[in-house]
Amino acid sequence: MNGTTTPTVSVKGLWKIFGPAEHRLVGSADEALTSAELRQRHASTVAVRDVSFDVQPGEVFVVMGLSGSGKSTLIRCLTRLIEPTRGEILLDGEDIRKADAVRLRELRRRRFSMVFQHFGLLPHRRVIDNIAFGLEIRGDDKPTRYARAQEMLSLVGLEGHAGSYPDQLSGGMQQRVGLARALAVDPEVMFFDEPFSALDPLIRRDMQNEVLRLHHEVGKTMVFITHDLAEALKLGDHVVIMRDGLIVQAGRPEDLVGAPADDYVADFVRDVPKSHVLTLRWVMREARPDDQLDGPEFPPRTVIRTAVHAAAATDKPIRVVDDGRLLGVVDRAQILAAIAGLEDG
Amino acid sequence: MAAPALPLASLEWRTSRRFWGVALLIVSAILFVALRNQWLLPHDDDAEFFKSLNGLRDWVDANRSSNLVFVLVVNTIRLSIAGLFDLLQGILIGLTWPGVTVLAGAIGLIFAGRRMAVVMVAGFLAFGLLGLWESSLDTLALTLGAVVLSLAMGIPLGILAGRSDRFQSVITPVLDVMQIMPTFAYLAPMALIFLIGPPAAIIATLIYAIPPAIRITALGIRGVSGTSVEAAVSLGSTRWQVLRKVQLPMAKRTIVLGVNQTIMMALSMVVITALIAAPGLGLDIVQALERVNVGVAFDAGLAIVIMAILLDRLATRASQRVDVRTRSGAAESTRQRRVVVLGAVGVTVVAVIVGQLVAGDGTFPDALRITFREPVNTATAWVEANLFGLTNALKNAVTGVLLNPLQTILTTSPWWLVGLVAVVAAFIVSGLRPAIVTAVCLLGLIGLQLWQHGMETLASVLVGTAITLLVGLTLGVLSARHDRFAAVLRPILDAAQTMPSFVYLLPAIALFSATRFTAIVAAVIYAAPPVIRLVEDGIRGVPATVVEAATAAGSTPRQLLWKVQLPMARRSLLLAANQGIVLVLAMVVVGGLVGAGALGYDVIAGFAQREDFGKGLAAGVSIVLLGVMLDRITQGAGGRPTGPGRPVAVVPPGTTIQAGVTGA
Repeated sequence: MNGTTTPTVSVKGLWKIFGPAEHRLVGSADEALTSAELRQRHASTVAVRDVSFDVQPGEVFVVMGLSGSGKSTLIRCLTRLIEPTRGEILLDGEDIRKADAVRLRELRRRRFSMVFQHFGLLPHRRVIDNIAFGLEIRGDDKPTRYARAQEMLSLVGLEGHAGSYPDQLSGGMQQRVGLARALAVDPEVMFFDEPFSALDPLIRRDMQNEVLRLHHEVGKTMVFITHDLAEALKLGDHVVIMRDGLIVQAGRPEDLVGAPADDYVADFVRDVPKSHVLTLRWVMREARPDDQLDGPEFPPRTVIRTAVHAAAATDKPIRVVDDGRLLGVVDRAQILAAIAGLEDG
Repeated sequence: MAAPALPLASLEWRTSRRFWGVALLIVSAILFVALRNQWLLPHDDDAEFFKSLNGLRDWVDANRSSNLVFVLVVNTIRLSIAGLFDLLQGILIGLTWPGVTVLAGAIGLIFAGRRMAVVMVAGFLAFGLLGLWESSLDTLALTLGAVVLSLAMGIPLGILAGRSDRFQSVITPVLDVMQIMPTFAYLAPMALIFLIGPPAAIIATLIYAIPPAIRITALGIRGVSGTSVEAAVSLGSTRWQVLRKVQLPMAKRTIVLGVNQTIMMALSMVVITALIAAPGLGLDIVQALERVNVGVAFDAGLAIVIMAILLDRLATRASQRVDVRTRSGAAESTRQRRVVVLGAVGVTVVAVIVGQLVAGDGTFPDALRITFREPVNTATAWVEANLFGLTNALKNAVTGVLLNPLQTILTTSPWWLVGLVAVVAAFIVSGLRPAIVTAVCLLGLIGLQLWQHGMETLASVLVGTAITLLVGLTLGVLSARHDRFAAVLRPILDAAQTMPSFVYLLPAIALFSATRFTAIVAAVIYAAPPVIRLVEDGIRGVPATVVEAATAAGSTPRQLLWKVQLPMARRSLLLAANQGIVLVLAMVVVGGLVGAGALGYDVIAGFAQREDFGKGLAAGVSIVLLGVMLDRITQGAGGRPTGPGRPVAVVPPGTTIQAGVTGA
């Protein structure tokens, strides 16, 4: 995960504790207690427990966890909608926790924005005024903010709905408005708090594609919270899995599926179609002397199912080549095993 | 609500609760038989304590123009409020009757549409035709003054309570007490401090009408979706921006409902302040009741009813149009509106000028009169002559079977026995704190030298509450189960709930003349509508899936009612009992005007005769103590938290708010 560039968002040792013991627990001997013990002994809940990660510029960073895992608290701590108990949050090297109220507002108005699970639209405002809301409160003049809002409206495919009220739109369209509102302020980082879990499955898929498209077009850094593993794997450049406030595993989607860190993660990824996530690197084997080495050639980062056609067209094993160097080969047996979801090996 | 962890434990507590209840009854019955007519606290009209309160009054009177607090604070408040009233009254008189009538129509047109304009004009003409033009305008001016002040203070306080948990927790108990305080109780202190007349009336009305303004505003602010607020904050809104751009616009509908309710409660109270010499329709009723002239009272009552309908309809329609208007929002309709407003203003100005020329002194022409005095008096006489047997039998039955025995038990038991039963009952039903409150209230009653009268009033309240609950449960269950019945009943309840309480005295006195029972009848009429509503809402609130499951299991409608709907509506039913008892108390004491004795009469006598002032003041405080006690005892029954969800005393006809208030 360590790139050469400075991470856009860097979180170090972040804690959030709810309850009377909030400020005396961290650093004390009791910080290692389990959730149940803490609730009993201190009437407090640890929602985020010593979490650290870096988000690289331009990537989609997904935090995945079930309800109660602390993921929603985590994302609110990043923008200080919830005040963290301890830890550092750096945005381009600036510690957000040290910002005073005015500076924090300035950051919220220009540097990052958020999309919410239940949209959080203002029912008394037209769509266009909802989108322009962030521009309005930071003091942009009317022509500027309407021009910008109109632009965002087309970007999310809602031309013609400028004058509608939120309750006249479907759920998917409402979330497009939420998306446009967050994009309108041209933030550096966008935070998504389970933005699609309130939507129907088909709409959800559309919206995921929409986010991928927007990410491609506007290239924002995105931090995305979800409880849906498929969504995490589909959108994430990097994914972390949270449980009880802790990060259980962090990595690329294929790392989670190919090498789950523990039984909890393994249980999660069991039903994931491996051929859709894993790359050839995960299934290749050493070339043996008797292999025919003139078959099709793919780089190691190729997802397995992309190679299916090539594998079907030939009897020869697929060669996995990186920079002209032969790393290994994959033959049909491995590809079929991955498609069938069998344990590899 | 600390629910016991195990169902078994809760079962044990419930059976033991029943056991202790029965034990208490048996023991106190034995003690009553053995010790009756001992340890009594007989009533003494000339108790030293009352005289010392008269002394307090004399001291206030003597120092009114010398004591700094009075000169600087009390007098300033009194004079500015008197100024406000004089201003409003002056404007209304200066506009002359044609001007006021047309202005009313114009306001109706601008805020609520053409139909409302017609209704407004007709209503104001009716005030004149009934010969009550000046009284009506006085009542209107008092109401407007109180509403303006209530909203000017109530809405900012409500916003504060909506945004700050700490302020909410401070103000909630204050509002609780303000709302269970029967209106009668604080008239005397107001008159003592601010003298009788419009300023004291407006302040008393303010106390009565401000709680819903604060509560419903806070409710509206708190009801704004958390995500919307969070979204605004996440985009960098300041607190002020969140309030102005998110919370206020989204809470507007609710706040307008609060305004509506404030207006209705203000009107209701303004009528009662006639007892401290506030001018207006209430005074007409009081004077007519003193002469037992039902016909005269009827005319004034009718005018009050018309005013209530006008104000309620106007506020309701105006609030509905607020939404539609912001929605349509097009430039065209704005221009159209401007034309309507200009036209309305123009017509009003013309009407005022015509009025100045035709009716220079602003009074309604005497030539035009309609009065229901004669027919109503004839009808009352007919009722007395022909239905006497029926009404008298009913009156005697309730008085003989319920009221007298209960009153005898309460007044001939040793005082400590009654106190003990009340405290233990409070403990069994509601817990330790209500029991302590009960003890304090009863000791207060003794300290105020009004034990005997308190017990007499309590007897009436208990009988009235029993009848109210019987009526309320029957009608509530009926209308929850039969949509057609509910459709017929609902407009009647709506109308009943917008009526000022004073009006309910009229049918009661027409049917039963002046007795204790009359006050009970008025109290039942007054308290039944909210009780019916709560029962119906509670039963209708039972989830459809549960009803479906019970029906699928083969329940008869009766089993469904007794085994599913009523138990599941328990909280609503207990709330209905609580509301019923508080409302009955408020009305039973007002019934002092129509023959009920005891505390209510003491209060009225205190206004009427100088030497009874002290007793009246003490009776007012005693009524508050009774109210607090009865409220606390019944409140804990459902394990109901006293939070912002506490319902307001009078539920407005806009029933959406009701669900919001009681559902919390």
